[in-house]
Amino acid sequence: MKRTLLALATAVPIVFSAHAADKVKVGFISTLSGPNAAIGGDIRDGFNLAIKLAGGKLGGLPAEVIVADDQLNPDVAKQNADRLLKRDRVDFVTGTVFSNVVLAIAPQVLESKTFFIGPNAGPAQYTGAQCNPFFFVSSWPSEAYSEAAGQYVTQRGFKNVVFLAPNYQGGKDAANGFKRYYKGKLAEELYTKLGQLDYAAELAQIRAAKPDALYVFLPGGMGINFIKQFVASGMSKDIQLVVPLWGSDQDIIRAVGDPMLGLFSLGHWTIDLDNPANKRFVAEFEKEYKRLPTGYAASGYDTGLLLDASIRKVKGKIEDKEALRAALKSADFKSVRGDFKFGANQFPVQSYYLQVVAKTADGKIAHKTMGTVLTNRGDAYVQDCKMK
Amino acid sequence: MSGILLLEQSLNGLQFGLMLFLLAAGLTLVFGIMDMINLAHGSLYMVGAFLAATFAELTGSFWLAVGLSLVGTALIGMALEMSVLRRLYARDHLSQVLATFAIILIANELVRIIWGPQVPLSTPPALAGPVQIVPGLDYSSYRLVIIAVGLAVAALLYLAVARTRAGMLVRAGASNREMAIAMGVNIKRLFTIVFGFGAALCAIAGAMLGPILAVQVGMGESILILAFVVIVIGGIGSVRGAFLASLLVGVADTFGRVLLPPALASMVIYILMAAVLFWRPQGLFPSHG
Repeated sequence: MKRTLLALATAVPIVFSAHAADKVKVGFISTLSGPNAAIGGDIRDGFNLAIKLAGGKLGGLPAEVIVADDQLNPDVAKQNADRLLKRDRVDFVTGTVFSNVVLAIAPQVLESKTFFIGPNAGPAQYTGAQCNPFFFVSSWPSEAYSEAAGQYVTQRGFKNVVFLAPNYQGGKDAANGFKRYYKGKLAEELYTKLGQLDYAAELAQIRAAKPDALYVFLPGGMGINFIKQFVASGMSKDIQLVVPLWGSDQDIIRAVGDPMLGLFSLGHWTIDLDNPANKRFVAEFEKEYKRLPTGYAASGYDTGLLLDASIRKVKGKIEDKEALRAALKSADFKSVRGDFKFGANQFPVQSYYLQVVAKTADGKIAHKTMGTVLTNRGDAYVQDCKMK
Repeated sequence: MSGILLLEQSLNGLQFGLMLFLLAAGLTLVFGIMDMINLAHGSLYMVGAFLAATFAELTGSFWLAVGLSLVGTALIGMALEMSVLRRLYARDHLSQVLATFAIILIANELVRIIWGPQVPLSTPPALAGPVQIVPGLDYSSYRLVIIAVGLAVAALLYLAVARTRAGMLVRAGASNREMAIAMGVNIKRLFTIVFGFGAALCAIAGAMLGPILAVQVGMGESILILAFVVIVIGGIGSVRGAFLASLLVGVADTFGRVLLPPALASMVIYILMAAVLFWRPQGLFPSHG
């Protein structure tokens, strides 16, 4: 008798699987502890805000978000992914911050034919030959910010530039992107240990190189420290510092304050972008969390919107992976960044903006859009992606 | 390498080395006198920085905050010694490593619960800018102050260890603990005092470096490893050795980063340590009678 009931119980979902699912489960693996916890927190808050504004639903289905902390440790992330895929049987995996974590968990997520939506790191590997039908990135391909920086520095007429990044894959990607668009002389190409906090030795080298501009790709706390020390070294008045969007966003403004004013950055979103979706996002985010959103939060929010729109498009039938993939790929939603679509490799094709840190009308310090540096930009490897 | 780069890097090496010394001095005394491996030393550095940030916000004065943090961290250090670490002296090094590693984890989580992952601490406004040392070299005035504070503390420490009665007991304990006990030294109280003193030095380093680096959870771990390298090079239990080894490590690391490719630069001080262990396993300046 018991056995029959069990068989019946397991049979029921199969019987009804042709109809819409009764809820959607999202596995959210993110860096939520350690010095970079603020990044994961921002993505999570943005993502949750999108769900909250949709009434706790994604595309009409009640949404369950299962959050797991990867501690910026690929092994921990793999265990999280295993649990989310096998025990919780999630429909989507998202939330990841760092490329090394993405590279660690992506194989098992893709193997299980679960959709992976990268809300931040978009490792170059997956843009080319390794592209995959279940792999989406909703933020930016990992070389894009640096490409925009190279383009901007060239436009401004800088001829002697120093490049500084940590010695890891993300730093190498940044160098590739920057050099693709920067046409002048690279006075120095400096690499530091990942996680280095004191930049005195690099600052001395920069001083000796006498550049007219400096592009630094230092995520999280590394960037905070570099900027503080750069300002204290007295070089900031002679050398134009250029950073990626997150190199001068709200997390860093909170830590550094006024010396941030006048700093240029490049990214796929700016807090003041003039479109209704963004205005709503910024206002609601500030109301909900009592702080201004960062680019990370904007990507998290857009990821939520993307899921919402796609699930709605398939009318909640998330078991139909082919239809769901087509819906995701159409990116049929109003992104906070303005124009946005996916390329053949399911990475964003979008505009990159120049921002400057300035005082807003109500006395806060925030980014101000100064113009568009690249439009309709995808990435350099999409032609290697043979996926249909 | 131009003269200006050489001068700037020397200052950087000196500044880095002196701050390392503040950590290594406490660590080497605890290790030397109590034969105790205290991985949680870095946690006291973190606590010192967080206390300084809190006091700076409450009082509005950076220097007052450094002083208060110094006292507060010393008290926390002594409480830690009396409540937990005291029970570990008789155990083997493995137990000490495990227990003090647990303290690191507990301290990190406690700090996160109390303060959050990170708190702001800025340089005093008067020191935020650069000063011109020679034409063509504007150096951070705050880093110069760090050098001054580091040298002053090192001098005071030297006087305290070499010229005072308490210092004599510390040296006695470091060179031969059993004999010191046999001669009637109240080793229990001495341990507590030394521990509190080491914690105070940590607090100075944490508070001074906080504005340059970042006051964040886990800040103690990376610098702790360097402090261990320093005491191995300098000779365990020797404050003089810790001082010279700190400067050596500071200068080697700073110049290594300029002169060597990045992969090799991050290894320089460990190569230095390996070389010292090979030729002088007892360290460059072992503590002796």
